Amino acid sequence: MSGFRLKDHPRAAAAEIGFRFNGSDYRGRAGDTLAAALIANGVVVVGRSFKYHRPRGIIGSGFAETNALVQLGTGAHTVPNAVATRVPLREGLAASSVNCWPSVGFDLGGLNDRFSRLLSAGFYYKTFIWPSWHLFEPIIRRLAGLGRAPTLPDPDRYAARSHACDVLVIGGGPAGMAAARAAAGGGVQVTLVEADDHVAMEPLPNLRILTRTTASGYHDHNLVTAVEEIDGPVVRQRFWKIRAKRVLIAGGAFERPLLFGCNDRPGVMLAGSILHYLERHGVAAGRRPLFAVVDDQGYDVAIAARRAGLDVVGIVDARPEPGPIAAAADALGIAIYPNHSVTRAIGRKVVSGAELIDQATGQRIRIVCDLIGMSGGWSPAVQLFTQSGGTLRFEDRIGAFVPDRSVQNARSCGAARGIFDHADCIADGAAAGHWAATGEDREVPEIAAAVRAPLHLPPPGAKAFVDMQTDVTVDDLRQATDENYRSVEHVKRYTVWGMGTDQGKLGAVNGVAVLAALQGLAPGALGTTKFRPPFAPVAFGAVAADRLLGPFFHPWKHLPAHHWHVAQNAVFEDYGWLRPSHYPEGDETMAEAAHREALAVRGRVGLFDSSSLGSIEIRGRDAGRFLDLMSVGSPSTIKLGAVRYNLLCNELGTLMDDGVIARLGEDHFLMTASTSHAERVYRWLDEWHQCEWPLALSIAEQTARWAVLTVAGPRARIVLENADCDVDLSREAFPHNQIRSGRIAGVVARIQRVSFTGELSFEIAVAADYAESLATHLMTCGAAEGIIPFGLEALDLLRLEKGYIHIGSDTDSRTQPADIGWGKGIARKAGDFLGKRSLLHPSASAPGRAQLVGLQPVDPAVVLPIGAHIIGGDPHPSRGIVTSSGFSPMLERGLSLALLDGGRALMGSVVTAWSEGRSWPATVADPGVYDPRGERLNG
Amino acid sequence: MLSVPCPYCGPRDETEFVNGGEGHVDRPVPPEAVGDADWAAYLFFHDNPKGHLRERWLHAFGCRRWFHAIRSTADHAIALTYPIDAKPDFPA
Ligand SMILES: [Zn+2]
Repeated sequence: MSGFRLKDHPRAAAAEIGFRFNGSDYRGRAGDTLAAALIANGVVVVGRSFKYHRPRGIIGSGFAETNALVQLGTGAHTVPNAVATRVPLREGLAASSVNCWPSVGFDLGGLNDRFSRLLSAGFYYKTFIWPSWHLFEPIIRRLAGLGRAPTLPDPDRYAARSHACDVLVIGGGPAGMAAARAAAGGGVQVTLVEADDHVAMEPLPNLRILTRTTASGYHDHNLVTAVEEIDGPVVRQRFWKIRAKRVLIAGGAFERPLLFGCNDRPGVMLAGSILHYLERHGVAAGRRPLFAVVDDQGYDVAIAARRAGLDVVGIVDARPEPGPIAAAADALGIAIYPNHSVTRAIGRKVVSGAELIDQATGQRIRIVCDLIGMSGGWSPAVQLFTQSGGTLRFEDRIGAFVPDRSVQNARSCGAARGIFDHADCIADGAAAGHWAATGEDREVPEIAAAVRAPLHLPPPGAKAFVDMQTDVTVDDLRQATDENYRSVEHVKRYTVWGMGTDQGKLGAVNGVAVLAALQGLAPGALGTTKFRPPFAPVAFGAVAADRLLGPFFHPWKHLPAHHWHVAQNAVFEDYGWLRPSHYPEGDETMAEAAHREALAVRGRVGLFDSSSLGSIEIRGRDAGRFLDLMSVGSPSTIKLGAVRYNLLCNELGTLMDDGVIARLGEDHFLMTASTSHAERVYRWLDEWHQCEWPLALSIAEQTARWAVLTVAGPRARIVLENADCDVDLSREAFPHNQIRSGRIAGVVARIQRVSFTGELSFEIAVAADYAESLATHLMTCGAAEGIIPFGLEALDLLRLEKGYIHIGSDTDSRTQPADIGWGKGIARKAGDFLGKRSLLHPSASAPGRAQLVGLQPVDPAVVLPIGAHIIGGDPHPSRGIVTSSGFSPMLERGLSLALLDGGRALMGSVVTAWSEGRSWPATVADPGVYDPRGERLNG
Repeated sequence: MLSVPCPYCGPRDETEFVNGGEGHVDRPVPPEAVGDADWAAYLFFHDNPKGHLRERWLHAFGCRRWFHAIRSTADHAIALTYPIDAKPDFPA
C-alpha cells in the first residue's frame, strides 16, 4: 500500500500541520485524523500485534479500528491505546505505536508468530499450570503489552455535568438527524450527541447538539453517560450524565472484515473506511485496490474509488450471481470475479497481491494489488442497546444481530437496526423521532431483501484473524470448539477474542458466526457475547471529573477546634474525622508521646477533644418509651440530671453500639454514640421511629452543633473551679454519672461526669463556635495543674487499663450483651426491646460463647499483637482472638483484651496466644485491672 | 443509576437514597410468645422474587424520610412509591 493525498480534494488546500510518529516528522493537513495523515504520508505499518508481533496497519476509521493503537504525548500527559482513527491532528502532536518493542520495523516478536502453536487458545490458562507462569511472564508481558499507563497523576482537568431531557438521540448521521428533527417538531426538549465534530443540520430552539461527544454507557432508568472532547486550555474532557425520558440510538453500523489468510496484513482495510478516507479526507489508501465483497454494498466503494482515479483491479464477489449493481461497475471497466473469494493476502510485510479461488472449480489465481478492501457486510452498533438491557435477534438478511425487545424506553433506528439505504434511514429516523416525542408508532418502510453470500470458513492453518487486536484466529476458535467450549461467553474468556480495547466491534459477529458453523448451527444460534460499558475507552480522570480526587474523594470531617490542635503540634489520624492521635514533644515517637500523655492524665490532668462523639437528642412525650424499645436497659427510669451507660442491639441480639444516655428533662434525652457509629445509630433510631413505632417524639442529630472537651485526671475539678464555671462542682453536688447545665466563662455549657479514662472527668459541651476559645481557656486555667492535651493513643492505653471496650473492635458480629458482662439487665427487663427475642434463645446462654476477658502476658514486657489467636481449641485450634493491646504505663506491663471461648470460666488460667509463628503464654484476667473499685472515677 | 421517585421530593438519583430491604415485614411480638420458627422467618427468610418486590427506601440525602417502593428485581423498573404507613393494592 502506498497512500497519497488527492490533489483535487479541498483538504489538499488546508493548512499544513507538523506531527511526529514513532520518532519521525511528518506533515498533515488541518482536519485530518492521525490515521488519515499517516495514510497520506504513505506510512503502512503502524504497530505490532498483541501476541504474535505481526505487522499491522490501519484497517478502519472512526470507532472501527482495532490495530492502530497509539500512545499519545509523554510523561504525565501520556494517553495509552488511543485509536489513530479518532485522534484529530494537531500541531506538534507526538504519537508512537503501543506494541512494537524494540521498534515497528524490528521483527523479534515475529518469533512468536513461528511459535504460534504455543500461544494458541487458552495459552494463559495452560501456562498458569505448567510449567510455571513466572517462567514466561517477563518476556510475555513485554511482548504483549498494550500501551503504557501513565505513572504520574493526571495533570489534565475534567469537568462533569448532569443533564435531563425528554429525548436523547445518540448519533448524528442521517437517521439520527431525522430522528432529532422529528422529535423536536413534537415540541419536546431534544439533545443529540455526536462523536464527530459537526452535525449537518439546522439549529432548532428545543434541540441541543453536543458534538465530539461519545455516548459511552447506557445505565438503568435511561441514564446515558457521555464523554465530550474539549481539549481546551483548561478542560480536557467533560463527562455527561444524561437522564432522558426516551432514548433513540442511531449509532450506525460496523463493517465486518472477511476471513481469509493473512487478513491482518497492512494494506487490508475495510472497504467503507477506504471510502471514508477518500471522501472525507481526500486521502487514497493505495493506488491499485482490489475489493472483496459479499453483497452490493461493497460495489459502491469500488465505484467511488474508480471515480476518484484509482486503478481498481477488480471486485471479488462471493455470490454466484452478482446483483444488478455489477453492471455499473462493469461500465467503469472494473473486472468482476463472481463466485470467487480471497483465500489469502500476499506480501511478507505489506500487501502486494491477493490469491483468489473460484468456488465452483477450485481454481486459484493471483492478482497484483497494493490494497484489499473487504466488505463482509455491516453489523448494527448494538452495544448501547444491549447495555440498556435490550435483547437482540439474528437477522439473516444482513447476517448480523439487530435490536429486538427494548427493556428501557429506548429504540434504535437506521443502520443501528440494520437499515442501510439512505432514504430508508431517514424515514426510519423520522418515525423513531415521532415515537419519542409522542409515544405513537408510525409505519416504517419495508426493507427489501438482499442477496448476500454465506460465511466461508477458511481452512485450518490459514491464519485468518477473527479479532486482530487480541490476535485470535479462526484456528483458535476451532481449537476451543475441539476442547468442547460451547458458550460464546466461555470461548471469549478462553481465547480472549473480543476482550481488547475495541470490545469486539470488528470481530464479535464474525466470531459467533464461525463458532456456530463449527458447532454445525445456524449463524445466529449461539447468540452473542454481552457488550458492557464503556462503548469506547474512557479516561479515569473523566469519570472522577475533578470532584473525586485527593481530599475531595472522601472529605475529612474536621473537629471544630482543628486549628487549635494544629497549633498544639497534634499528629492527626483519619477516623472519618481527623482526630489527634498524639501531641509529640521534641522527637518523641507515637508510643513515647502516648505513654507520657497517659501518665499525665493519671497523675495530674489532661484535655481531650470528644467533639466527634455522636450526639443525638430525643424529645417528646414518648421519648422514654421509645428508648426502652431501642435499648438493652431501661432509659425511661433514668432520673432527671442523671447519666447511664447504655447498649444498643440489633434484632439478632448482637451489639451495635454503646454510649451514655442523659436525661435533660422529663421528655428530653441526650444519647451519645461512638464516633464511628454516630451516623448509623442516628439512622437506626430514625428508621425504627419512622417505620415501626411512630411515637410522639423527635430525633435530632446534633453532633456538629457541639464542641465537647473532656478534662480528665485527679486535678480536673481544680481546673474547672479556676475556669469561671457557675455549676457546683463538688463531689456531693455533682457526683459521677450526672449532667448539669450552666455557664463556663459566660458561655452556655452542658457538663457531664462520665469517664472513658477511669479518672475524675468532666465532659464540657459548648456551641461548636466556642471550641477553640474553650480549649485555650481550659489550658490557661489548668496551667498551674500541669494540664496537657492528650490524643487517642493515650486514651486507648487509659481505657485498656480500665477494661473499657470499643464496640466493633472488642466485639464482633456475634457478641451479645452477656458476652461482655451485661447479661443481668435482660433478665430483669419486662418489656420488649430490639434483640430481646434473640437473647431469649438458648444459643444466647449456651456454654462456650466467646466472652470478653483480659489477658496478661506472663512476660510483662510482651505486648500481644492485636489479632493474635488464642490457640489450643478443639476441633478448631483457635479459640479466641486478641482484640486490643498495649503497654500499660501504670502497671508497666503488656495488657490485652480478648474474645475467648468460655473465657470467664478460665479466669486465672494460662493460655497461649499465637501470631505468625510466634507464641506467648498469658494469664486470663478481668478486663479492668486499674482501680477496679472505681475510686478515682468517683473522686 | 436508578431514578427513584421519592413520594415527597419527586424523581431523584439513586445516590441520594439508601435501600432498606424488603418492606412490610411484620415484627412478631411479644418476644416471650414468639416461637423460634416465626422469629427465624422474621429475621432470615425474606422474599426474593424475580419481579415486583415491595421495598423500604430512605431518601437519606434529601427529605430523610422512609417510604416504600415496588421495584422489579428483573429490570429495576419502579412501578410505584408510597408512604411508609400505606399499603396500596398492586397486581402481583
Ligand atoms: Zn424525599
